[in-house]
Amino acid sequence: MDLYEYQGRDLFERHGLPVLAGGVATTPEEARAIAERLGGRVVVKAQVKVGGRGKAGGVKLAEGAEETVARATDILGMDIKGHTVHKVMITVTADVAEEYYFSYLLDRANRTFLCIASVAGGMDIEQVAAETPEKVVKAPIDAVTGVDEAKAREIVTAAGFPAEVADQVVEVAVGLWKAFVAEDATLVEVNPLAKTGDGKLLLLDAKVSLDENAGFRHPDHEALVDQAAVDPLEQAAKEKDLNYVKLDGEVGIIGNGAGLVMSTLDVVAYAGERHGGVKPANFLDIGGGASAAVMANGLEIVLSDPSVKSVFVNVFGGITACDAVANGIVQALALLEQRGEQVTKPLVVRLDGNNAEAGRAILDGANNPLIERVDTMDGAAERAAELAAAGV
Amino acid sequence: MAIWLTKDSKVIVQGMTGSEGSKHTRRMLAAGTTIVGGTNPRKAGQTVDFDGTELPVFATVADAMKETGADVTVIFVPPQFTKAAVIEAIDAGIELAVVITEGVPVHDTAAFWAYNVAKGGRTRIIGPNCPGIASPGASNAGIIPADITGSGRIGLVSKSGTLTYQMMYELRDIGFSTCVGIGGDPIIGTTHIDALAAFEADPDTDAIVMIGEIGGDAEERAAEFIKANVTKPVVGYIAGFTAPPGKTMGHAGAIISGSAGTADAKKSALEAVGVKVGKTPTETARLMREIMSAG
Repeated sequence: MDLYEYQGRDLFERHGLPVLAGGVATTPEEARAIAERLGGRVVVKAQVKVGGRGKAGGVKLAEGAEETVARATDILGMDIKGHTVHKVMITVTADVAEEYYFSYLLDRANRTFLCIASVAGGMDIEQVAAETPEKVVKAPIDAVTGVDEAKAREIVTAAGFPAEVADQVVEVAVGLWKAFVAEDATLVEVNPLAKTGDGKLLLLDAKVSLDENAGFRHPDHEALVDQAAVDPLEQAAKEKDLNYVKLDGEVGIIGNGAGLVMSTLDVVAYAGERHGGVKPANFLDIGGGASAAVMANGLEIVLSDPSVKSVFVNVFGGITACDAVANGIVQALALLEQRGEQVTKPLVVRLDGNNAEAGRAILDGANNPLIERVDTMDGAAERAAELAAAGV
Repeated sequence: MAIWLTKDSKVIVQGMTGSEGSKHTRRMLAAGTTIVGGTNPRKAGQTVDFDGTELPVFATVADAMKETGADVTVIFVPPQFTKAAVIEAIDAGIELAVVITEGVPVHDTAAFWAYNVAKGGRTRIIGPNCPGIASPGASNAGIIPADITGSGRIGLVSKSGTLTYQMMYELRDIGFSTCVGIGGDPIIGTTHIDALAAFEADPDTDAIVMIGEIGGDAEERAAEFIKANVTKPVVGYIAGFTAPPGKTMGHAGAIISGSAGTADAKKSALEAVGVKVGKTPTETARLMREIMSAG
C-alpha cells in the first residue's frame, strides 16, 4: 500500500524524525484553519500518488490564510497525470540550503534491503543516478543486523555527506531504519532530505509503501487506506475476500490462481484484437476452493459491472475438482436469481484438469442457455471476446 | 532421477496437525511421498492417523530429524508463525524447506533468508507462497496435484501455481522430471536461476519450461544466466502482458512499477538469448512439444 505524503510525514513524526509542522486539508476552509494555526508563510502541496507534481504546478507557496485558501482552491481538483487532487498538505516553510536523497527499499534481486543515499538530492535525482551514478551510493542492508550507528556511518561516509551534517544524517539513517522495520515498510524515500540555513536536517518529503501482508501486526494501517480512491466493486470484492481488480474492458474474467488469471487476461486481450478490440473487464482470482458460494460472490461482482458484456470462467482443476466447480457455477446462477439478480450476460466456461469430464457433463446437463462450454483456454477466450463484441 | 526431491527424500510436515497441513499430508502420502512425521510442540509424542498411516508428532524439526532422518520439511503454519518455523528448520540443518504459506510479511522472508545465508546457506528454501515441488512418480512436497502428469524428461520452474498445473497438463503425455513452483512473492528463497542450474546438471532432464510473470527482474536475470550456463533447450512463458502498471495482480510480486517488470521486457530478454517464448500457455506447450519431438 502506497501512502500519501502527509501520511508518510505523520509516520515519520511518530517515529521521532524531524519533519515540518503541518496538516492536511480536503477543502479551502480546512486549509485556512491550518494556515491560521501555523502562521506566516506556508507551502501548499497537492497530495497525489504520482511523481512530478511540482513541475505540474501542484506545489505553491502562500503568505497568510487568504493566500493559502486561494492556492488550495487552485490545487484541489487539479488533474496531475490522471490523478485528481482531493487533498492538500500545508506545512510551514523551510530555509533550504542543501538537498540530499535518502531511502530504504526492498532489493528483490538480492533478496534483502537496500539503502540509496546521495548528496545530490532534489527534483532531478533520477537524472543524477543516470548521468553520474558515482554520486549515488547503494548499500545492501542485512535484514538481520539492520542499520546500527556503525552501518549508518559507513553509508554516510560512502555517500560523502559533509562533516557538519554527518552526525545528524547518521541519526536520521538509524531512526528511518527503525521506522522502516517497525512499520513493515517496503519503501521509505526522503527526497529531499534538506539541510536548512542554520544547519538542521529535515525530512521534507515522504514516500512510503507498507506491506499489506504484515497487516496482522498493524491494525492501525487499515485506517491509512484511501476509501474514496477504492473502486466500489473492488471494495465489495474485498469484503467477500475476493481478489478483484477493476480494469476497463468488456469481458468479465473469473479464474483460479493469480498466474492463470493474469494469463487469461492476456489470452482474452489477444482474442479481442480479432473482435472489435474488446478487452478484459477485470482480474478476479477465486482461489483454490471454488465453492458455489464463492463462485456466486464472484459472478455477482463481475456481473454487477455494467461494462461487462460476457464472462469467461477459466478454471483449472488442481486440488479443486471440476465437477465441484461446475456445480458451483450452476448453483451460483440459481443463487443469483434467488437474490433477485437478472442474469442476462453469456458465460463461457472452460474446465480442465481434475474431473474435467464430470464437470463438463454437469454444465451440459444444466441446460442453461447462458452457459456455453468451450474446452480449450484459447478457444474459450476467442468465444468470450466474440460474445462481448456482439453485446457491445 | 530428479532435482532436490527424489523417491529417497524423507519428508516432515511443520503444521501437520492444522487443517491445511493435515489435508495435504494425506494428499502427499497418497502421491507416494515418504512422510516420516510432523511437528507441533503441543502435541509432541502423539501420533496422527492418515488413512492407516500412523505418523509421529515431534516437538521440533531437530527432534524429527534425529528420530527419522528427515531431509525435507514442508511448512504449512500460518503467516504469523512462518518466520519462526523456517528459522527452526534452518537451525536443525535440514536440506530442503518448502514454504507453502501465503501472506508472509516480506520483512519476515528477508529475515529468514538472511539468517539462512549467515548460517552458510545449508538449507534450500522454496517459497514462500508457493505450491511446492513435485517429482512425478517419485515424491511430492507441497500442494501440486500429483495425478496431472507422470514422470518424464521436462523440467518446469514457475512463479505461479495454477499455471504450473496448466503446463503440466498440457504436456502430460511427455511428462516431467521435476516441477518447482517458486512462488510469486517479492522475495523468494529458490529462484528461476537456481532451478535452471539444477535442471542443467540433472542427467534426467532434457529441456526446461520456465514460467514467469510481471514484476521484478528475475526473468531478465534468468536470461543472462541461460546465455552463460544453460545448454539445454528452454521454453518460456510470461503472464501479464496486458496488466496495467501499478496494479497488483494477486501475487504481491506481480506489479509493474514504472517501465520495469513488464512482460514485453522479459520476453525480449529471454528471446535475445535463444529462449522460445509462447504467447499463451498452449502455444508454449506446443513449442516444447516441437523441441521434444525433434529429439
